[in-house]
Amino acid sequence: MLKNYFKIAIAVLKRRKFFTFISLFGISFTLTILMVATAFMDKVLSPDYPDYKRNRSLYVTSMEFKNSKEGWMNRSDVSYYFLDHYVSTLKTVQKIGISSSAKASNAYVNNKKLVIEYKYTNADFWNILEYKFLEGKAFQQREIDNAELVAVISEETKKDYFGDEQNVIGKYISADNINYRVIGVVSNVSKTLQNFCADMYIPYTLSKDYKSTNLMGGFGAVLLAKSEADLPKMKREYDLMIKKVPIPKDFDRLYCNADPYFASMTRRIAGDGTNDGLTKAISIISLFVLLFLLLPTINLVNINITRIMERSSEIGVRKAFGASSKTLVYQFIIENLILTFLGALIGLVLSVIVIYLINGANIVSNMRLSMNFTVLCYSLIACVFFGLLSGVYPAWRMSKLNIVKALKAQ
Amino acid sequence: MIRLNNIEKVYRTDTVETLAINGISLDIAKGEFLSIMGPSGCGKSTLLNIMGLLDEPSKGSIKIDEQDISRFSDQKLARFRNQKLGFIFQSYHLINDLRVLDNVELPLLYRNSSAKERKLLATAALEKVGLSNRLKHFPSQLSGGQRQRVAIARAIVGNPQIILADEPTGNLDSAMGNEIMDILINLNKNEGTTIVMVTHDESMAHKTHRLVRLFDGSQVQ
Ligand SMILES: Nc1ncnc2c1ncn2[C@@H]1O[C@H](COP(=O)(O)OP(=O)(O)O)[C@@H](O)[C@H]1O
Ligand SMILES: [Mg+2]
Repeated sequence: MLKNYFKIAIAVLKRRKFFTFISLFGISFTLTILMVATAFMDKVLSPDYPDYKRNRSLYVTSMEFKNSKEGWMNRSDVSYYFLDHYVSTLKTVQKIGISSSAKASNAYVNNKKLVIEYKYTNADFWNILEYKFLEGKAFQQREIDNAELVAVISEETKKDYFGDEQNVIGKYISADNINYRVIGVVSNVSKTLQNFCADMYIPYTLSKDYKSTNLMGGFGAVLLAKSEADLPKMKREYDLMIKKVPIPKDFDRLYCNADPYFASMTRRIAGDGTNDGLTKAISIISLFVLLFLLLPTINLVNINITRIMERSSEIGVRKAFGASSKTLVYQFIIENLILTFLGALIGLVLSVIVIYLINGANIVSNMRLSMNFTVLCYSLIACVFFGLLSGVYPAWRMSKLNIVKALKAQ
Repeated sequence: MIRLNNIEKVYRTDTVETLAINGISLDIAKGEFLSIMGPSGCGKSTLLNIMGLLDEPSKGSIKIDEQDISRFSDQKLARFRNQKLGFIFQSYHLINDLRVLDNVELPLLYRNSSAKERKLLATAALEKVGLSNRLKHFPSQLSGGQRQRVAIARAIVGNPQIILADEPTGNLDSAMGNEIMDILINLNKNEGTTIVMVTHDESMAHKTHRLVRLFDGSQVQ
């Protein structure tokens, strides 16, 4: 039976070359975009170099003051003082990795300007995050305490600044006319990890404002718990601590959250102090995917209806010789699934090519997308969904055809 | 074998109501070869389709092989058509995407039969109509007479007790028409198949056991 469906499906696809092309094009194009989008999501969401300990980490990125009477609001990164004074003293926080947001500085190589984005970090930053050192090592507490002008640079910066030089440890890199001694070179970090990618990392004690006792500042942190199981405990302790932080005058509320990785992102994009924006972000993404799937589906439904109605005589014949409506619905859904899977196959090949091109063009700095098993699974699910969605309605319409009318139409 | 009792069929469109069949009762015995004649539009096809369970009457009842089929589900009707009935149409109605052999195998697809069995039966049916050398052809590669013979092979492959033929020779010249007629007569004689045939051709009609004439939806003879 299945073999027969396959036979007729292939025959029909071959005969209706134009429809086949349009359908296959629609399916493969949609799936390609979905697959590339999933690859991107996967890149952003799953633990990625150098941030591998997400399952036992919470992220503190921003703080919000509110004056609920007047409706004022102030939102910013947190200060070093806040992290050092309030957060690092928590008992459940095993380690705290502090880094500033990236700041741009200018360097000159052969009279050409090179923008170097740098971050201030503390010592435990290097212990929590698993940067891969190609040369040298990170700065330690001693260098930080002495506010030494030392720097860890990225592989990319090494190449841009020093050219083809083999060993750059001990050499100096000049940014905004300050000379830093290079003590380490790390592998490039994808730009999708905003908290961790920079061209250069230097001790936080070199920053002007780390001593300021404001709660807001230019820093953020990763809090590492002893284990994944300790995470809720750490969150509770953190939340209790936040309640005791004195609220600056002019305001009556203070929000500052330690979130899991994804929530820390969605809070920034879709949420605020009280709402981590997770639901909103997921709803928006789902809606987007649904809409995105729906358009080609409707198109395909249309094509399918035309295709099926053109074959109404075949339907009439099959019914006359003993096919029940149910059997015919199966037949057409299977045909449609065959079509969808053909489209998926093409889409897969296209995706690999597109991902290869995206990686090659370095569209997002140092981001390397990959087609992994997860992406493939999601795409396959999308594909079945797509095939059923676009096949069921036309098949149902077809099965309701009156036999005599179906036979007459030719 | 087939018992029609006071059948009426009304076609309703937005503007008109056509009474296509107006109170026809008919008894067709097992092994009978019956022909139906009448001017165009008098309801011959409608009547045949109702007998073949392809269409429902507006009024009246049908019994086939002593079974009242009026309360059959879609699934049950399908099985009934599959096992008891075989159709031959004026315009053949072969599936152009399928080869001759696959076309003939079609009714067997909706039964429990193995691929091997299907092939065996289909080949045998094609042999009966003298087309055993065209198994791999597509319908478009055959002449009208050959196509109708494929259609007959398809109608008989499942060994049905009843064959309903709607102007089977209508699109063919008289030589080919006679060939088709001979096949049907032999089928009736040798296998005892009950055949109901609509035709425009008096000479064909006279080769059958009984002739029913319709006029404007009513039986006149
Ligand atoms: N689907 C339909 N809708 C409306 N009228 C129909 C339909 N099918 C047939 N008729 C009408 O019913 C009458 C009988 O048609 P038909 O049985 O096809 O005649 P015959 O086969 O004898 O030429 C005709 O008047 C025809 O116009
Ligand atoms: Mg007719």
